[in-house]
Amino acid sequence: MSALIDVRAVSKRFAPRLSLGEKIAVRLGQPIETRTVHAVDGVSLEIRKGEVLGLVGESGCGKSTLGRMIAGIHAPNDGTVTLDGAPILGADGRKRTTRIQMIFQDPFASLDPRIRIGETISEGPIAHRLVPRAGARAYVETWLDAVGLPRDAADRFPHQFSGGQRQRIAIARALAMQPDMLVCDEPVASLDVSIQAQIVNLFLKLRRDLGLTMLFISHDLGIVRHISDRIAIMYLGRIVEQGPTEAVYRAPAHPYTRALLDSIPKLVTDSDELVTFRPISGELPSPLAPPSGCHFHLRCPKAQPMCRDAIPPRTAITGSRDVACHFPLEA
Amino acid sequence: MSPLLEVRDLKTQFATRNGPLKAVDGVSFTLAEGEIIGLVGESGSGKSVTGFSLLGLVDPPGRITGGSVKLMGREIVGLPPSDLRKIRGREISMVFQDPSATLNPVLTIGMQMRLALEAHERIGEAAARERSAAVLARVGIPDAARRLDAHPHQFSGGMRQRVAIAIALLNRPRLIICDEPTTALDVSIQAQILTEMRSLAEESRTAMIWISHDLATVSSIASRLLVMYAGRIIEEGPVAAVLRQPRHPYTAGLLASLPARAEPGTDLVQIPGSTPSLFDLPPGCAFQPRCSYRTTECGVMPDFMTVGTGRSHRCHHPLGERPA
Ligand SMILES: Nc1ncnc2c1ncn2[C@@H]1O[C@H](COP(=O)(O)OP(=O)(O)OP(=O)(O)O)[C@@H](O)[C@H]1O
Ligand code: SF4
Ligand SMILES: [Mg+2]
Repeated sequence: MSALIDVRAVSKRFAPRLSLGEKIAVRLGQPIETRTVHAVDGVSLEIRKGEVLGLVGESGCGKSTLGRMIAGIHAPNDGTVTLDGAPILGADGRKRTTRIQMIFQDPFASLDPRIRIGETISEGPIAHRLVPRAGARAYVETWLDAVGLPRDAADRFPHQFSGGQRQRIAIARALAMQPDMLVCDEPVASLDVSIQAQIVNLFLKLRRDLGLTMLFISHDLGIVRHISDRIAIMYLGRIVEQGPTEAVYRAPAHPYTRALLDSIPKLVTDSDELVTFRPISGELPSPLAPPSGCHFHLRCPKAQPMCRDAIPPRTAITGSRDVACHFPLEA
Repeated sequence: MSPLLEVRDLKTQFATRNGPLKAVDGVSFTLAEGEIIGLVGESGSGKSVTGFSLLGLVDPPGRITGGSVKLMGREIVGLPPSDLRKIRGREISMVFQDPSATLNPVLTIGMQMRLALEAHERIGEAAARERSAAVLARVGIPDAARRLDAHPHQFSGGMRQRVAIAIALLNRPRLIICDEPTTALDVSIQAQILTEMRSLAEESRTAMIWISHDLATVSSIASRLLVMYAGRIIEEGPVAAVLRQPRHPYTAGLLASLPARAEPGTDLVQIPGSTPSLFDLPPGCAFQPRCSYRTTECGVMPDFMTVGTGRSHRCHHPLGERPA
């Protein structure tokens, strides 16, 4: 399979955003960190045509920022993202293609409450001449069918829909742009548990029917395992491990991946079973001041002095996998 | 011996433009000393309102409209606010999903803990610091004595939640209501907190109500499970038994829809339909429109039936024993 998306050494840095508590603290004259955050630090990645790549990691590790750069919403500070070999951003830093669309976590925030669903879905395609205004209604209905919504949804407003239905609307809006690639950032995280399965099934169906390529960003390791062909694990702005999903879950090579998988609560169905976690010791370090060398070295059970001094390069291991660790686990 | 907490037919409503909203509609359960009970259900099913009701923290337009909550045999529904304040923080405390609901951004942690102690006893500054530091250390905050002088924003999200837990523990309550305390945290931090809370409950015999929408999280900490749907408890029993053999079609549907129950890449089993609006529930069982077992009988509200050892359900056609 050839790469549809090629991400080359992209980085994104942000000036710190202050929380309410911090703003109050600044007013009161307390010292507050104002260093730059390296949200994404030299990440390279390929996404092949027709595959689903899962991107996992804990909060603040940079997965959304990377997703937004791939979707062309953020311009990287360094590096490039290309689609079929062509940069997705023009010289002005604006997205040049409609072939990548993004789905966000919050279906409530991503829809304009005053605009009817039909218009929400047809706006982009009309503007980009994918459909003539006269044919818009039938076009909208095609996509409502595709996401499992009734056709009369076109005449209604967002507030008349539940969370799961709004996520379907957001998906229909993205699909109506006829993308090759969807970047989905936590697309089921804000949905009710009983609705999550419906939306996961919808993604599986779209992939089968339309051959879509997807980047599926999630902190839910169970859902990512279910939907992705390949996964990449991020820690503090860097990809620490990447490979075919089942292989990585079965035998993680990076100590962080191992620890993350060990932290997931399992469903207990045997009362004699004593649940034991092997929690990763220590805290997630601040992305403002990541540890030197391997960012994970302070929490890693296998760390040696060199882990503190040298950044481990991403190194290929068998089974089209790679890992960024000086002392990878037996995979 | 009477249980630590006895909740009988608790009803809490909110007055709204569309009429009364029955957020909690006849909830009953009991909790023994040192027991951890899990309360699961979808968004809006009434988990948090149940928790607030136990603390007498329902503010207008909300109101407890019926039922009884007995803490160590003493009725607390209808107590005057001043008596409730004495119980809160002392006998029962609460931990929320968002620690900023508990923490004051402008006060040091030490000051907030001292105020929480002084609310219930006379205590000197040095003694307060000592007690506070010990509790912070207990919830896994390194260098606790020094961190007393820090402000909330100087802690990470996970550490802030530990501070909120420490404040909840400060007066050695008999019961802590934990409302999704780890939902906003990363899995690695969640695993640490689950481990610590479990050993805390064991050591200090503190009972807990652990509210969550995640079955796996609850199953790793609680011994008994309550499943809520549309303001009612629809299934109750020992956690492992319920998860192994759910009786209510909704519980069974939730379990069946978990990705772990399907081959990777294949369709998940899904519960059809959407979460109900509390304003237009069908007569009878609230799960009817989504249930594949429904019959005309289900138009009548099923009783909460107890069968076997500590297992109850509210369904006319409960799922039977299936071969394991
Ligand atoms: N202050 C309020 N005013 C009006 N309605 C309210 C109020 N607080 C809660 N409700 C309603 O009560 C019902 C139960 O809400 P509750 O917050 O207990 O649900 P929950 O199970 O905790 O959900 P979640 O998983 O989202 O936390 C919902 O329909 C909610 O909208
Ligand atoms: S009472 Fe009827 S509708 Fe309700 S869950 Fe049971 S079988 Fe289904
Ligand atoms: Mg709640």
